[in-house]
Amino acid sequence: MADSPIAVEHHNPALKHHFANMEQQREASSLGMWLFLATEIMFFGGMFCAYLIYRYWYFPDFAAASKSLDITLGAVNTAVLICSSLTVVMAVRAAQLGKRQEQVVYLALTLVLGLAFLGIKGVEWTSKFKEHHIPGPTFNFEGSVPGHPDQPVDQHHAQLFFSLYFAMTGMHALHMIIGVGIFSYLLYHAWKGKYTPEYHTPLENSGLYWHFVDIVWIYLFPLLYLIDRKK
Amino acid sequence: MSEPIVSTKTNIAVWLTLLVLTGVTAGVAFVDLGPLNTIVALVIATFKALLVVLIFMHVKYTSEKLVKVVVISAVFFLLLLLGLSLADYTTRLLM
Repeated sequence: MADSPIAVEHHNPALKHHFANMEQQREASSLGMWLFLATEIMFFGGMFCAYLIYRYWYFPDFAAASKSLDITLGAVNTAVLICSSLTVVMAVRAAQLGKRQEQVVYLALTLVLGLAFLGIKGVEWTSKFKEHHIPGPTFNFEGSVPGHPDQPVDQHHAQLFFSLYFAMTGMHALHMIIGVGIFSYLLYHAWKGKYTPEYHTPLENSGLYWHFVDIVWIYLFPLLYLIDRKK
Repeated sequence: MSEPIVSTKTNIAVWLTLLVLTGVTAGVAFVDLGPLNTIVALVIATFKALLVVLIFMHVKYTSEKLVKVVVISAVFFLLLLLGLSLADYTTRLLM
């Protein structure tokens, strides 16, 4: 590498030979990560689109089904994710400033919060399972349409709501599980002191991923839990 | 230009705003605003998402214009998907 005409910067071992310098390498990987996130936006976008159409068509039944979700657990989980986003930015900042110990602490906190989210989600899903709100042959949703006590909820429409609920929160949870895996890897390497102010691209890009998953939940919470809570 | 280092103060301020807005979203859902309930919830969610994208994800500070192009075009195509689909399904006479 020493005789390469483009290796002008000091020889950081993390600099790959096809980049002119660390700055260019960092920007290229950041752009790549954003392109990946663009595909993720379209992936979740399809589910959001299906959800919005059916919500528009079967609004009263969707509102009734939405009311059976635990709003407290949903709000707590939103707060947990927002806190984990803060610990992620603080971990990235610690890496930028070269503080290894802080980095490790914030990454560990992120992992704890991520697992807490998944735990709460597990509690919610368990109660849905016990209430027979899982779509399938044993599905049963008792209750009436909000504002119309004499009008029972259409079972098919309620089932559609829960299909979308499990598909969307399920895909979100899968992203969280992958995120926990990625952050365990980061924690190990941060512990080893791999991420320095010059090179911490994995930390930065994983942070972008984590924030994206947070944003998906920021939309899922009001759309799924808060359809019609007025009465 | 090198990468941005966002101050702890800014990060904490964004974090607090996000937490408060989560409370507001949950609280305002119990107030009867008619069809505005959904709109208010989505406006708050979009404001929260903007804060995360601009500050936490450093888009506000990045000097890389291509990143901004990717973000804007991703949102544009998402809105195209949602907008055109809903323009169809919400205006059908037979349901």
